[in-house]
Formats: sequence, C-alpha cells, structure tokens
Amino acid sequence: MAELLVWPALIAYGEAAVAYAGSLRGTGGSARLGIWGVRVGWLAQTALLIAQALDSSGFPWGTWAGALNLFVWLVVGAYLIWGCTPRYRLLGLAVMPLAAALLVAAWAGGGTDASTRDTAGWLLAMHVGLMLAGLAGLTLSAGLAGLYLWQERRLKKRDAGLLRLRLPPLESLDRLSARTAFVSLVVLTAGIVVGLGSFASGDFDVSMAVTLAIWVLYATGLILRREMGLHGRRFAELLVLGLTLVAIVLPLTHFAS
Amino acid sequence: MRLALVGVSHRQAPVELRERVAVDATGAAALARELAHGCEAVVLSTCNRTELYLASEEPDDVLDARASASLLALAGDDGAALAPVVYRLGDDSAALHLFRVAAGLDSLVPGEGEILGQVRDAFEVGVTGPLLDRLFRQALHAGRRARVETAIGESPASVPAAAAALAQQVFGDLDGRPVLLVGAGKMSELTARNLRSRGGLIAAVANRTVAHGEELAARVESRAVGLEEIPALLATADVVITSTSAPGFVIDPATAAPALRSRRGRPILFVDLAVPRDVDPGLATIDGCFVYDIDDLESVVEASLAGRRVEAVRAEQIVAVEAERFREWQASLAVVPAIASLRARAEEIRSGELAKAEGRLGRLPESERRLVESVTSQIVAKILHLPTVRMKEAAAGADGVVYADVVRHLFGLGEEEQS
Repeated sequence: MAELLVWPALIAYGEAAVAYAGSLRGTGGSARLGIWGVRVGWLAQTALLIAQALDSSGFPWGTWAGALNLFVWLVVGAYLIWGCTPRYRLLGLAVMPLAAALLVAAWAGGGTDASTRDTAGWLLAMHVGLMLAGLAGLTLSAGLAGLYLWQERRLKKRDAGLLRLRLPPLESLDRLSARTAFVSLVVLTAGIVVGLGSFASGDFDVSMAVTLAIWVLYATGLILRREMGLHGRRFAELLVLGLTLVAIVLPLTHFAS
Repeated sequence: MRLALVGVSHRQAPVELRERVAVDATGAAALARELAHGCEAVVLSTCNRTELYLASEEPDDVLDARASASLLALAGDDGAALAPVVYRLGDDSAALHLFRVAAGLDSLVPGEGEILGQVRDAFEVGVTGPLLDRLFRQALHAGRRARVETAIGESPASVPAAAAALAQQVFGDLDGRPVLLVGAGKMSELTARNLRSRGGLIAAVANRTVAHGEELAARVESRAVGLEEIPALLATADVVITSTSAPGFVIDPATAAPALRSRRGRPILFVDLAVPRDVDPGLATIDGCFVYDIDDLESVVEASLAGRRVEAVRAEQIVAVEAERFREWQASLAVVPAIASLRARAEEIRSGELAKAEGRLGRLPESERRLVESVTSQIVAKILHLPTVRMKEAAAGADGVVYADVVRHLFGLGEEEQS
C-alpha cells in the first residue's frame, strides 16, 4: 500500500512542473494548477514517509535512495513556504522538475519501498535528517539565486516584455536567497556537529571532505556578503556554484567512498 | 420590462462635444432622479463617455425618446451637433455594452483601472430597481472577473507608469525609497508623482538653475540642489530620473564610479527621459546599474499595450458569458408571473383538499397531521419542479412567453379573476 503512494506524489509533482511551465505563457490558471500539484504531491509524499516510518523499526531513510526521498520532501516542503505566494510561484519552474526527477531516482533506487529495512540509530538519523534539511535549503536558495540571475539578465537586456512576465523583485530575491542560505548553513552545521558524535578517527572520507568544502564555500560567501558587500549577481553565482558542488560532487564522492 | 441606453463616447464624439454633456457625481445623481419617473435610471459620466441607462415597462420608442431628449438637453445649444453622434442600444446590446465598459474594453487604453470604480459610483447614485440593480451588479462582476482572470489591467500603459513599475521590478516595495530627480521637466514630474504614489521619497531635485528646481521640489515635497551635487547623491538614491536639456551626458561612469562603489552592490536604476540622453549607457555595464532610456520605456509600454490587447480577447469572452447570463435572467422574468400563479394555484388546491378532509384528519394525532401536510406539500413541489425548470429554460431560449401562455391556458390561471 505504502509503495503506491509514490505514484500520486510523482504525478502531482510532474503536473506541477508542467503547469508552471505553462504559466509562462498564460495567466493565473496554470500557476494555480501548479500550486495545487505541489500541495497534493507533498501531502501524498508525507503519507508515504509516514507509512515508511510506521513500517520500519528505526530510521528508514538511511540508504541513498531513502535519503533522496526525504530530501525531495524537504525541498518541496521548503518551497511550499514561498511557492504558495504568486510572487515566488515561478521558483516552481526550477524546483518542481528537479523534485519529480529526484523522486523518480529515489523510487528506482528502492527508497520509496515500504520494506526498507536499512535502519539507523537516532544519532545517525538526526545527522542524516539535518544534513538533508540543510542541503534542501541550499537547493532552494540556489533556485532563488537562479531566478535572480534570470531577472537581472532581463533588466540588463532591457527586455520589452519585462512587465508582462513579472518575476519577483531583484532585491527581494537577493535578500531571500541570502537568508535561506544562512538558515540552511546553520542547519547543515548542526548536522555536521551531530555527525561528529558518531565519528571515529579513520572514518573521514572524500564525501565528508566535500561536505566540509561546501560548508566553507557557503560560510565564506555569507561572511563576504556581510563584511564586504558581496551582493547581487556575484552572490547569486556563488549560490548556484555551491549547488553545483552539492548536486554533482557529493553524489559522486558518496558512491566512490 | 425593457432596457434602453442612450449615450455619447470617445468613439464618435470629440472632446468638445463630450464635455458639453459631462456631469459630475452630484449632477449624475440629480439627472437620474429626474429621469426616474416611472422607471429606473442610472447616469454614467466619465471623461470618455456620458451614458443614460433606463429601464421601464414603457414602449421602446417612448423610452428611447425620453433618454435622448434628456441627453440632448444636457448639451443645450449644441444639442443639434450632438444628435448625429448619439448611439442608442436596447436590452441585450445595452447590457453587453455596459459589461464591456465595466471591463475596460470600451476604454481608450484597454483594461484601464478607473472605469470599474466609475461604474460603481454611477450605480450607487442612480435610481435602480430590479432590472438596473441586476444589470449593474452583474456588470461590476464582469469587470472584476475580467481583471482577475486576465492580465488586461496588469501592465503599465504610460511611460511614467512603466518607469515606476520597473523600479518595483528592481526594488519591490518602493516605500521610503530615495529618488533623485535630475532636471525639472514635465515628464520627470509625472514620473516622480507616479513613484510617490507608490511610496517613493523624492530625496532631491537637481537642476542647473536651482531656483527653477525649487518650484518642482515644492510640488513633490523635496529640496532643490545644483547639478554638482549629483555624484554625492548617487550614493544614497536608489532611483534616478533624468530629463534635462543638456547637450551631453550629465551622468557618466567617471562621475558616478565613487558613489557606486560606496553602494556596496546595492542596485540603482537610472531612468533617462531626456533627448539627447543624460545618462551614459556605459553605466549599464557596471554591476547593479540598470539604465533605461526613453526608447526602452516606450518599448516596454508598447509591449504592455500589446499584452493588454491579447488579454482583451479573453476578457471579451468573459463579458460575453456574463451578458448571456444576464439575458437568460432577463428572459426568465417573462415566465416568473406564470410560475408564481401556477404554484399559488397548486397550493390553493392542496390546502382546499386538506380543508375538505379536515373532519377525518382531525381525528389524527398532531404528528400525523403534520406528516400529511408535509407529504402533500412535497408532492406538489415535486410535480411542479420540472415544469418550473422547463419554463425557465424555455424563457432563456426565447420561448418563455409561449410556454407561459400555454401554462396559463392549461391550468386556467387568471381566469377566475377575469370571471
């Protein structure tokens, strides 16, 4: 039964992705459909996660696929905070296709099965949960930064259609992406600290090194922003670069280690 | 009951004629009261049109003549010149016209925002009854739907509005945002007013002649300064509007660079309304600097208007649906008396038969008597339900009067009163 819940979630996320793409040419109708897709999909995935948790004696998302499943849920959950406002609905253009694709990957890897028995202790569960929440937040901040770069490019190009397809204001995107990155970094830091609790010398591997590199990159960016006025395009590019590291290097090193 | 509309608008009448028949809210209310002897009346008067809406049982020609005479009387001696440009519409056409007006589809700029409020004001001071009340409420609903369900009113339709909308695209909320005006031209003032209406704060008016700048500064509650202060002001101003008559650039990268550095990446928007241009376009290559000249703004306005015209097609569909609903409602009025008589007759028969059986029913306990009442009422309601629905449907399809006559004949409705 639990396995079946992945389908409504996947269909709703896919529908949301298509509807957001459609909203680029139309008006409110497509965007409303997109938002409903996000809501329904997220509720279905929540039900799936609950079913998995009930069916398991511990933390059922310890595998890479299970973690991906949880990660998607966190990303979409974070997006729901902004996605339901018309101003930020176009962020769904970046988030929902990604969510749908990652959920397919999680399903293919068995991360949405009810029979997931690869459980972990509470410390590791907290570590994984916090790390995933932090990475989900960083994904969202990169999405906002992507929107910033798009909007900045349109403004620089003096695009005549600028006021027909309205993106969120440039300053709001800059501020919001920075705040999201800051909160995510705090959560990520907590995840790393909790992870140290179960760390034994000799466990240090490439994926940990990359995680720390990502942490240093974001922390440096935020400090430069505060102290040296790293705003606007350069800060947005840094956030996107950070997500690229997360999206490409981390999985590679995870499988390599 | 029929509806008549008589009016003049920007489509046929030049402003010299329109202004002869224009009335303010008080005048519109007085005229509506004057017209409303034995009928309903609303007077809609805006800068683009003056229209009289009347609803009455009077014959078509009488109603039209009354409305036309009142409109021409407003023009006084110019009545003869006005007569050829007066349009007259009735019933469905009049309703559709009002719905289009409310949706901004009859305006000079499609989807302009003022008209819906003007229709509401006219409705509020008019003398309305069942027909005009329903007509205006539905027109307001159609106007709101057109604005909510399409983007017809979203984009700016003028250069000053486009400049303010661009500023909002960069900064979002303009509340308290410092704006620097360079030059004291008319366009600059209009843009400043637009920004102020959205919360912008005019920090200074920089002008070659400070005394001239002071006049504008007083009007926009700011202070006047000389052009030499511009470099320093660029450090704090978020929006810069320029419209000087200087032959060369007033702001270039060399003069602006120190101030822009001190902004630490905070964006700045230059809106250059001058020809020749005041702002060196080279500034646009600097991070966080956005430079728009008059051509860019006109392109934005043109794109917005093109967008409005596309949305207008969708708004027309909404208006047509609402007009059809109104037509159906108006047509259903023709069968309402017949339906009411039929129901009254059925109820009369039911209560009469129950009264006849009172002797036998009187022996029943109270609860069972209530049950009999309820069951007989339900039987009557169920029998009459389908004929009622069918009559309303027929009315919507223009056969309502025939059906109403047949029902009256079959059930002998009204015969008793006649006999």
